[in-house]
Amino acid sequence: MPIEKFNILKSACVPLPVENVDTDQIIPARFLKATSRKGFGDNLFRDWRYDNNNQPISSFVTNNPVYSGSILVAGKNFGSGSSREHAAWAIHDYGFKVVISSFFADIFKNNALNNGILPVQVSESFLVELFSEIVTDPQTTVKVDLPAQTVTILSKGLSEKFEINPYKKECMMNGFDDIDFLLSMKEKITEYEQSRPL
Amino acid sequence: MKATTLFDKIWDSHVVHSVNQGPDVLYIDQHMIHEVTSPQAFTGINNRGQKVFRPERTLATADHNIPTKDQDKPIRDELSRIQVEKLTENCNDHNITLYGLGHPYNGIVHVIGPELGITRPGMTIVCGDSHTSTHGALGSIAFGIGTSEVEMVLASQCILQPKPKKMRINIDGTLKKGVSSKDIILYIISKISTSGGTGYFIEFAGSAIRNLSMEARMTICNMSIEMGARGGLIAPDETTFEYIKGREFAPSGEEWEKALTYWKTLKTDEDAVFDLELNYKAEDIGPMITYGTNPGMGINITERIPELSEVDENNRLSFNKSLEYMNFKPGDSMLGKPVDYVFVGSCTNGRIEDLRAFASIVKGRKKADSITAWIVPGSHHVESQAKEEGLLEILEKAGFELRQPGCSACLAMNDDKIPAGKYSVSTSNRNFEGRQGPGARTLLASPLTAAAAAVTGKITNPADLI
Ligand code: SF4
Repeated sequence: MPIEKFNILKSACVPLPVENVDTDQIIPARFLKATSRKGFGDNLFRDWRYDNNNQPISSFVTNNPVYSGSILVAGKNFGSGSSREHAAWAIHDYGFKVVISSFFADIFKNNALNNGILPVQVSESFLVELFSEIVTDPQTTVKVDLPAQTVTILSKGLSEKFEINPYKKECMMNGFDDIDFLLSMKEKITEYEQSRPL
Repeated sequence: MKATTLFDKIWDSHVVHSVNQGPDVLYIDQHMIHEVTSPQAFTGINNRGQKVFRPERTLATADHNIPTKDQDKPIRDELSRIQVEKLTENCNDHNITLYGLGHPYNGIVHVIGPELGITRPGMTIVCGDSHTSTHGALGSIAFGIGTSEVEMVLASQCILQPKPKKMRINIDGTLKKGVSSKDIILYIISKISTSGGTGYFIEFAGSAIRNLSMEARMTICNMSIEMGARGGLIAPDETTFEYIKGREFAPSGEEWEKALTYWKTLKTDEDAVFDLELNYKAEDIGPMITYGTNPGMGINITERIPELSEVDENNRLSFNKSLEYMNFKPGDSMLGKPVDYVFVGSCTNGRIEDLRAFASIVKGRKKADSITAWIVPGSHHVESQAKEEGLLEILEKAGFELRQPGCSACLAMNDDKIPAGKYSVSTSNRNFEGRQGPGARTLLASPLTAAAAAVTGKITNPADLI
């Protein structure tokens, strides 16, 4: 699936100051029965968002109307656990384009990038600062500049560099997809197969 | 020649191409798929008008979303049934071998791979399931992937992957009574946390690992992902070769000799350097149990839950949240806490040795009245072996029944859900909030500890019952 091109994003943020948000929280397993990629956003953070009677839990951030925007800001070690890409689909389908955290689980990071979600890893202190800004002013705007690899809290002018693999950066900026790339390599792959020792 | 690690040897021999400043194009020897993470990948392939590039290198099973009772009848849950039917349709369309429901080879993907001799040393193996790391126990590079990556493998038999860093964890010495490989891995995760292995591929080594059986090694590699690692592997040795020999799809005759010669070269050179090396003593490890909502929150069963003051300041918030969910207090003793459910199964501990271990304790005892127990073999093969060996009889005499194989309560996608608020001692791999059902409270432990809970109705040190 080709991904959306990503360049510069300015947006308000939805804060989720919880550490170790695992993939079972992002999308509980009972919602993995679909055979398409659509509709997972409804069940993003399902058990935090809705109570047993499917009523929204008003204290949860996504149910709080003061918070909006396409950037999710979460505590350390986001996305640990399962390899289910449904977690990335749920985040994407809900409308987030960026997740900011001070640490990401490996597989989640790959899955996010493969779906046009930019995982932005910031320092612990930047994250603390960002959470407190958002709490003080829910409209706090953050600028994520992929070409420059910077993330900036505009009201404070506080900025930080973030890392991204140069290949993945290319892909995100141009909306390229790994599969197109691999398909273009078929000849080389066939050559490799013939030279395999075992 | 430069000294290299086992991981380097396997990885480097599978690189088709290296993207400048980017990931490697890694050739995949064996791809495994199941019903939950593959349908969208097939849709992707079909939408591109592609065929599966090397269908003979993909193997399919239905395991995640299937009932563990009445498997001969149609699946009642409609969405689950559609997902399983979709898998059958996709496999038919693309000429992929499927060991579906009712097939004698059917079982949990990470149980059947090794059991059928499909998983072998030196291979690269991927599957859309994080516990693919299990296969590393046989000396292969095996890791879990997302659905986009499943699509990559279907389309090109390759995957784009940055090469991870390398870690070696050495465990030397002799394990104490009542301690098994599940305790080793829970112990390590409790030491380095669920993110301690992030970015690494881990080689497990040392005399305690060497002395483990093949299946016990699988339990260790299986849970390497729970410390955030990309995967874990163990150098193949006589135990490995002995295990593979004669299995359904294992090479034989001349092929076997050829393979064996190659497998014997698969080890880390003496002076190879790791990015990180950790050492533990087997004697320090006791029967472990988790008290919180991630696999790193584990303690020796005789210890107390840490006091708040003993917890790192940054982690206190999530520590409190965890204990609140579990309804435990800091400083509580785990021993003697009542248990409602016992789940024995999953790709972590659903193999024949796990059932033997469980049976060794329940033999001659009775299931506690307060306990609901789900004993779910990892495959049909395990199921029939349990019958042949007389384990089923032991279980039934003690008041337990054997279900049919599948992932079951490990992720609770089917009907096997632990009710909200109930405590379950589980031999699976994840104790996340709601993992075994909304509101379920999971305590991860070994089959021995699960057995001790099953016959006493509370958390009990298995060493006391051996
Ligand atoms: S048993 Fe659990 S961890 Fe293993 S493959 Fe099934 S769902 Fe995944």
